[in-house]
Amino acid sequence: MAVHGPVVKIHPVVLASIVDSYERRNEGASRVIGTLLGTTDKHSVEVTNCFSVPHNESEDEVAVDMEFAKNMYELHKKVSPSEVIVGWYATGYDITEHSVLIHEYYSREAPNPIHLTVDTALQSNKMNIRAYVSSQMGVPGKTVGVMFTPLTVKYIYYDTERIGVELLQRTRESPSRTNGLTTDLAQVAGAAGRVQEMLSTVLTYIEDVLSGKLVADNSVGRYLMDLVNKVPKITAEDFESMLNSNINDLLMVTYLANLAQAQIALNEKLVVL
Amino acid sequence: MASRKESAASGSSPLDSPVKQIQIDGLVVLKIIKHYQEEGQGSEVVQGVLLGLVVEDRLEITNCFPFPQHTEDDVEFDEVQYQMEMMRSLRHVNIDHLHVGWYQSTYYGSFVSRALLDSQFSYQHAIEESVVLIYDPIKTAQGSLCLKAYRLTPKLMEICKEKDFSPEGLKKACIGYEHMFEEVPIVIKNSHLINVLLLDLQEKSTVADKHELLNLSSSNHLEKSLQLLMDRMDDMSQDIGKYNTYCRNLSKQQQQKQQYLQRRQQENAQRQSRGEPPLPEEDISKMFKPPQAPARMDTLLIAGQINNYCQNIKEFTSQNLGKLFMAEALQGHNS
Repeated sequence: MAVHGPVVKIHPVVLASIVDSYERRNEGASRVIGTLLGTTDKHSVEVTNCFSVPHNESEDEVAVDMEFAKNMYELHKKVSPSEVIVGWYATGYDITEHSVLIHEYYSREAPNPIHLTVDTALQSNKMNIRAYVSSQMGVPGKTVGVMFTPLTVKYIYYDTERIGVELLQRTRESPSRTNGLTTDLAQVAGAAGRVQEMLSTVLTYIEDVLSGKLVADNSVGRYLMDLVNKVPKITAEDFESMLNSNINDLLMVTYLANLAQAQIALNEKLVVL
Repeated sequence: MASRKESAASGSSPLDSPVKQIQIDGLVVLKIIKHYQEEGQGSEVVQGVLLGLVVEDRLEITNCFPFPQHTEDDVEFDEVQYQMEMMRSLRHVNIDHLHVGWYQSTYYGSFVSRALLDSQFSYQHAIEESVVLIYDPIKTAQGSLCLKAYRLTPKLMEICKEKDFSPEGLKKACIGYEHMFEEVPIVIKNSHLINVLLLDLQEKSTVADKHELLNLSSSNHLEKSLQLLMDRMDDMSQDIGKYNTYCRNLSKQQQQKQQYLQRRQQENAQRQSRGEPPLPEEDISKMFKPPQAPARMDTLLIAGQINNYCQNIKEFTSQNLGKLFMAEALQGHNS
């Protein structure tokens, strides 16, 4: 399916925000809408922030609090002046006729706005996140209609965001959906554990290939060669000296830190005397 | 809802404050990270407000919004008005609009300052359960989220209320640099729907090919931390010098007072022996004005900051030692 139009890159904070505003919606409202903020460039639209806008929807009409939307945008601009309105979002599976009206409003605010739908009702057992852009259709001169064409959606993260999301993923495993923050060596142990898991997957694959259960794949073999070669080949003495000097540095710094702490504690006691 | 899960709070005494645990929504974490990432690159602190509610002895933080940076040419910018508008708007969309604290980013852990103390004091004075969340982006970039919550101890609150920062005042309250802030354990909670979202994200995103936590290079970070520690130590020694001169001046003055009194008594005794009326007692305190006692609050803050730096350095070095031993094991197998 050929996809025309920009690629939509979404940050996880936007999706979390949308889900949160869906959970807090008013009684009786079946869906939530809001504005998307971000930056655009020639081939892509990066969505970095969003806020929800109160609206009323019934069978025949829809009312959106535009004043509120403008106000919120002004407030947000004060914090991040580089973000502009790039489109709007709605929860729910389908696109309704009301969406067309709302989309028209947003096309006044931003050139070629993006419409994002997030299926929070989980109709297909998954949270379908899709983006659309509107395009004209119909016979020119006669009734013109609007068609929403889908776009590719990608998730992008800053590095720190990725680390944050990894931590949040862990709440899935605990039955009470909570997770404390780990410290010190526990973190390093966790990371080492993860690498170990990956290594064992690779090992089982190799053993399968060796015992003939799987057909050897050459490209995978090349990757494995790269992997083994990445461990730097240093002579034992060189490595020993590097290791020792590093350990000495770290021990010295620890000693200094302890000394500093003892010093200020002493100072405290002397003053109070 | 959330069960208590112990997280290793560094040496916190049993908290007798109204807040024993903090529960943060995943959304708040992401928002704080994003705010720093986009607006805070110049090693300026970024700040924002936390919204939520208090449930029994737990403080739940459910949302937050950032504060714009202070610029010099924005004189007519009214902080209070921005806050009011934001909270009013958020109320329309059913977001908890109760102010429960504020967050700030920090550079290598240097956040113990007068400004922080004042802000937190005014917050805690108005709202008893408020906390300040300190987000350390540099430590987070090294592999795992570093978010800590602090409150002022009741003792420190007392002192700030009375504004009595002299040595006698602080001695009376027996407050040390370790009892200024108390750390509150944090727990992250996500709703079911967010968990579904996270599952979706995990399936669709590519596996990370960066494992910052296993990075072996440490010298850069250590250098900067040690530099900051040295600066603080210099400040500390200056402060101690000032205090020493004050003590010396005070004792010199005491001596002078004694000498003066003695001379007076001698003269009076001589005059009496000669039959003349004794000289009037003069007001000693007017003659010998006591030297100004230096404010001790700064010393406390510096000591607290040094303590914090040392803790961070020790954590960092212990992690790195572990990594070095792992690298040794890897080499050992090869050679």
